Amino acid sequence: MATAARSTFQAQPRILWGRLTLHLVLIVGAFIMLLPFLWMVSTSLKTQTDVMRQYPPRLIPETFMISNFSTALTSLPFDRFYLNSLIVASSVTILQLFVSSLAAFAFARVRFKGRTLLFYLYLTGLMIPFPVLLVPNFIIVRQLGWFNTYWALIVPTSFGVVSTFLLRQYYRGLPMDYDEAARMDGASSLRIWWNIILPNSKPALAALAIFIFLGSWNDFLWPLVVTNSEAMRTLPVGLSTFQGQYLVRWELLMAATVVALVPVLIIYFFAQNWIIRGLSVGSGLTG
Amino acid sequence: MEKAALSSPPPPTLMTPPLRSFRQKIAFRLGMGVWRADQQFEGYLFLLPSLIGFLLFVLAPILISLALSFHEWDLLTPPEYVGAANYTELFTNDPVFGAVLKNTFWYTLLIVPLQLVLGFVLAVALNTGLRALRWYRMLYFMPVIASIVAAAMVFRFLFNQQSGIIAAGVWQTKELLLGLPFVQASPQLLDSVQGLAPPDFLNAPGQGFLPGWAIISVTLFTVWKNVGFTMVVYMAALQAVPDPLYDAAKVDGASGWQRLRYVTIPLVSPTTFFLLVVQMLGAFQLFAEPFVMVASSQNSVALASESLVMYIYRNAFGFLRMGKAAAISWILFAIVFVVTIVQTLLQRRWVHYQVD
Repeated sequence: MATAARSTFQAQPRILWGRLTLHLVLIVGAFIMLLPFLWMVSTSLKTQTDVMRQYPPRLIPETFMISNFSTALTSLPFDRFYLNSLIVASSVTILQLFVSSLAAFAFARVRFKGRTLLFYLYLTGLMIPFPVLLVPNFIIVRQLGWFNTYWALIVPTSFGVVSTFLLRQYYRGLPMDYDEAARMDGASSLRIWWNIILPNSKPALAALAIFIFLGSWNDFLWPLVVTNSEAMRTLPVGLSTFQGQYLVRWELLMAATVVALVPVLIIYFFAQNWIIRGLSVGSGLTG
Repeated sequence: MEKAALSSPPPPTLMTPPLRSFRQKIAFRLGMGVWRADQQFEGYLFLLPSLIGFLLFVLAPILISLALSFHEWDLLTPPEYVGAANYTELFTNDPVFGAVLKNTFWYTLLIVPLQLVLGFVLAVALNTGLRALRWYRMLYFMPVIASIVAAAMVFRFLFNQQSGIIAAGVWQTKELLLGLPFVQASPQLLDSVQGLAPPDFLNAPGQGFLPGWAIISVTLFTVWKNVGFTMVVYMAALQAVPDPLYDAAKVDGASGWQRLRYVTIPLVSPTTFFLLVVQMLGAFQLFAEPFVMVASSQNSVALASESLVMYIYRNAFGFLRMGKAAAISWILFAIVFVVTIVQTLLQRRWVHYQVD
């Protein structure tokens, strides 16, 4: 008893020092992860001359220039960019969940001719990176007369083969007895999908929704290619044009990035468990 | 009587349908053996919206892109058939394409291992049962959810040669070194310290085949942006490693390092394989990171950091050469395809799948 107590007592300092070193390393790492954000906020509040006089670097500005924000916000319609991003990301999320859930239901629980063949075709589509299809997709959208419209921003990105694949995996895991019992009672497939499968896959749908929404919200290449007017730009594309206008006005550029990032970071702060789970589920790793 | 009963073949089970001919087997494999007469129409009805999208935005583009790569088209005049000229131009008469391939090679070679190793180390460190785990996880994952464009703009500023904080750090270090007595004592050291100046982090090309500062800066940004994701994925994998395995290893006298090497690393190897494939695909498709951090105009190539997808974008929408852009797309696809196949073949040698 006594020796056991002493040995734990002796072991403790070593563990304590190990812990402290670990924390120290992790805190330095966390500081590196955080520094770009801190520097962004700090710069957004500085005067132009303060930014130019880089040396020595100061994290706390000498004078706070709140007016940087009004200058940045009035030089481009950021409210419109926000609205566009919201419209596009929400529509893509809803549409893609709807379409891929229907398709996943067909692949997982309806038995029709050619099901496996079609599924393999979808899997092949999964392998093709989006940039490979960038040019032909642009041509198709242009041919449809959708260039510089919400249609172009929303519709082509709403057919996620990935979400179809993930939902199919999930639906296959639900007991087949549900369907059989419902069919006995005379329920149609549509009813089974709506009343049984959808309510039973709420966690998967929620995680996927976060994944799709964030992906669409942060997408850059496609909105860059299919829009050309200020009124149709999403937030990332609007930001990049703002950069073209104010190449070295760092305090204004950083004010704009603060406006773009801080609301998302605040939501992340409160819903981090959901968001982290959504992103790891959406990437196809955990079920 | 009894003997005859014993030697009769076992009754066919429901699990294995009696498949005779090759044709029947193929039909079964294609899902024709499991179809139900009353669900034919329904299946396609459910699939219809998705199928339309798939045909219009995946299948048709593949065919269009293939055809386009053999044409010259500026969107204004009718397309002109040029045979394989776009491909031969890329490989024999386009020095920029060589630089782009070199850049993409370095991006992949630097970004993927850095992300994997750092992400794994962080996950192991956080998996030791720290009470502050939630806070660390939140901070390290934060860049993942930030928009690439906004974050890249911040890094463009951090790496700026004139007013960036990293350049300021170089100046500060220089001053510090100049103040040291042993530096002041040696004229050679003093000379080399006096020559210290921040390089052009965003535009400096590498010498020969080596990567330049531009590549390194974009790499550092990308790793900063994504390492939290790798970490979270590894953390989930580490949670799944059963504790008894560690206890058994401990009883056998395995040190902490040996437990990591012979228990943890083999058991998370399926995750490593998944991350390797996903991150290599991502590295080949790098666009917004170098585009926003470095490129300042649509029409001029940023040689030191230009990625494959940037070059596709520039050819299509800057130089209006749709055919050449399609040809580059197909080369990108060929690279991705070959690399994925090679990885899938090689995985048998090092990926350890747990058998329950």
